[in-house]
Amino acid sequence: MPTEILMPALSPTMTEGKLARWMVKEGDTVSSGDVLAEIETDKATMEVEAVDEGKIGKILIEGDTDNVAVNTPIAVLLEEGEDDSDLDGFSPSAAPSTSSETYEKDADDSDDDAAPAPRVSVSDTPDAYDASGEIPQGTEMVKMTVREALRDAMAEEMRKDERVFIMGEEVAEYQGAYKVTQGLLDEFGGRRVIDTPITEHGFAGVGVGAAFHGLRPIVEFMTFNFAMQAIDQIVNSAAKTRYMSGGQMASPMVFRGPNGAASRVAAQHSQCYAAWYSHVPGLIVIAPHTAADAKGLLKAAIRDPNPVIFLENEILYGQSFDVPVMDDFVLPIGKAKIERPGDDVTIVSFAMGMRYALEAADKLAEENISAEVIDLRTIRPMDMETVLASVRKTNRCITVEEGWPQSGIGAEITAQIMHHAFDYLDAPVLRVSGKDVPMPYAANLEKLALPNADEVVAAAKSVCYRD
Amino acid sequence: MARQAASRAKSSSSTAKKSTGGARKAAPKFSDEQIQKFYYDMLLIRRFEEKAGQIYGMGLIGGFCHLYIGQEAVVVGMKSAITDDDAVITSYRDHGHMLACGMDPKGVMAELTGREGGYSKGKGGSMHMFSKEANFYGGHGIVGACVPLGTGLAFSQKYQKSEDITLCYMGDGTVNQGQVYESFNMAELWSLPVVYVIENNEYAMGTSVKRSSAQTELYKRGDSFNVPGEQVDGMDVFAVAAAGKKAVDWVRAGKGPYILEMKTYRYRGHSMSDPAKYRSKEEVNKKRAEHDPIDHLRQIMLDKKVNTEEELKEIDRKIKAIIADAVEFAQNSPEPQPEELYTDVLA
Repeated sequence: MPTEILMPALSPTMTEGKLARWMVKEGDTVSSGDVLAEIETDKATMEVEAVDEGKIGKILIEGDTDNVAVNTPIAVLLEEGEDDSDLDGFSPSAAPSTSSETYEKDADDSDDDAAPAPRVSVSDTPDAYDASGEIPQGTEMVKMTVREALRDAMAEEMRKDERVFIMGEEVAEYQGAYKVTQGLLDEFGGRRVIDTPITEHGFAGVGVGAAFHGLRPIVEFMTFNFAMQAIDQIVNSAAKTRYMSGGQMASPMVFRGPNGAASRVAAQHSQCYAAWYSHVPGLIVIAPHTAADAKGLLKAAIRDPNPVIFLENEILYGQSFDVPVMDDFVLPIGKAKIERPGDDVTIVSFAMGMRYALEAADKLAEENISAEVIDLRTIRPMDMETVLASVRKTNRCITVEEGWPQSGIGAEITAQIMHHAFDYLDAPVLRVSGKDVPMPYAANLEKLALPNADEVVAAAKSVCYRD
Repeated sequence: MARQAASRAKSSSSTAKKSTGGARKAAPKFSDEQIQKFYYDMLLIRRFEEKAGQIYGMGLIGGFCHLYIGQEAVVVGMKSAITDDDAVITSYRDHGHMLACGMDPKGVMAELTGREGGYSKGKGGSMHMFSKEANFYGGHGIVGACVPLGTGLAFSQKYQKSEDITLCYMGDGTVNQGQVYESFNMAELWSLPVVYVIENNEYAMGTSVKRSSAQTELYKRGDSFNVPGEQVDGMDVFAVAAAGKKAVDWVRAGKGPYILEMKTYRYRGHSMSDPAKYRSKEEVNKKRAEHDPIDHLRQIMLDKKVNTEEELKEIDRKIKAIIADAVEFAQNSPEPQPEELYTDVLA
């Protein structure tokens, strides 16, 4: 049977075009790749090439015809063994609807079945996560810095799993720019503790490729500010590949390093990336405050089958906290912790923000305001159940973060509370955040740019109508 | 001063060279069986791509679709130089690479049409397809990204003390991305088993190599890192296979990375919506008429009586049937279920 040659769509948006001129005539023999006709679209003149071999049996639409809809038969091709007699009684199919109409029809169809609900949703009766079971009663505790806890977490996981290795700038011989990897080279050798050149974009990609291939990389950024060079590999390669491959390939790995402001290092070295990465489906984002959480969550992150952004903090590295003495202390990802229970106002924070939040809670207690302080610990997936359960109890909420206010973590929490606990609120949710400016260098200005406990106290009193 | 002189001496002894490769001369080294496989594999890609272009025109394929027509000898020749356990990764002009890796034309075509039966269940499309089984690691849409990723595959191969190597493909546009050089540096520094295959089809979208590259001899791009490079006639499958074997042997022996610049040509526009006005019709026609990799091989096969005209026609018919099946599968495979929207984001 003769083959119809259809008016092609030459771009995703083309619905019709002008059949400008034929480059062949009836009776011509063509083979694949030969130019048959020229078509003008609103953007360009394009050539239509033959796909099949054969003879042009009949031209159905003459040259210089405007507004030919996509998929309209424009000619008939006779294939090997066919001749003009095959055209007898052959009637071309009617011009079909244009592809845009088809598209719209499809779109209408899919309107009928609305997008399914995401698998993670907030329940009508949120329950707060109870972190009290994380460390069994009577467990011996030791004082340990966040720095040591992170190192121990990596060392323990590297002992357990040969696939785990760490790469980054100065992680091996220098023992870590912030000494987080101290001793790892000695224990695990140069094969598994790898100094990279200063080449963030490159080594982040190398890490993702190694993860595709079966390893469990820990990629250290000297600071997350430098990971901006690598953000394409983190977002486009690490976060999206599981989805784009239909679940076949993934990047089980950890990107870690200090995040946020340190001290007097100014704008390019003092940015919080929690909100940036928390925007991205396919990533897990963790930002611990205490040494115990740093250890338990880093171990969990290394074992997790997904790419994890692990945000540390330079100022917290040297802080000591109680860490349980346990053979294998692993914490659940995606669970917040009520660090301090209270009744009058909920303060939600993470990482360095927790310092301001806890200090503020002490000050508020002196004024007989009982604050419940929640440490998110994991930013994505965010444990809104715990936050919402608390807000239902206190009816007030303050968020605290060092990052900028617009589109920040506080903005997200505020929106979620508005959606899921609007009727429980006795006051608007307030955000305490870094100021909306690049971080200044001058000591006094830097202090003004960062949030502090007094700002948290003021916000809490305001929502309690006590100011 | 001494150090400078030393480093200059080193770079002047660079191993980058132009291979005039005994293209035609190389032919007798290959068995009839190998030659037939070259022909079959190249023709499969050609017919697949022509069909993809056609059904794109019918609105069955959406978005971007970058066809590989003209460049078939590169992937087919290179595939002959590696084993099925070696890894392959490339950028977004990837249909040919997948077919050369032995991926099923049905699954590839169904991914182009965005259907459940596609390699990525319809979630990836033309530019994002993978097959763990075929050791094909994508299919990456961001120009340059596949180069560190491919270097990472090689890192893993070395880390796991495996004998396997990686073929990391890129285009002439890719070589102006910084991450390529970050990768060359690390690969040489750590002696990683990776062959970087630069497919120089002369145009990065609409910008010719001359207009974009200060050093147009792309095989020299590894000079600063002591990565040896070689230029190959990428329109000649024998030359590609021979150069590929040499590079793969080098890399597999633990000597570090190797660069092959394949001089090739794409007949179609950058993507379906590219009218290709940046080059003359004469230029394209001349390439097609005088350097077509499939026509060239076909002539050799007839001259050397590897196959008769009728036998070659039979191969053509067989391939046509495979492609027709692929299209039928790709049209009939259902669209992904709405529930698939939320799957495969996290494990």
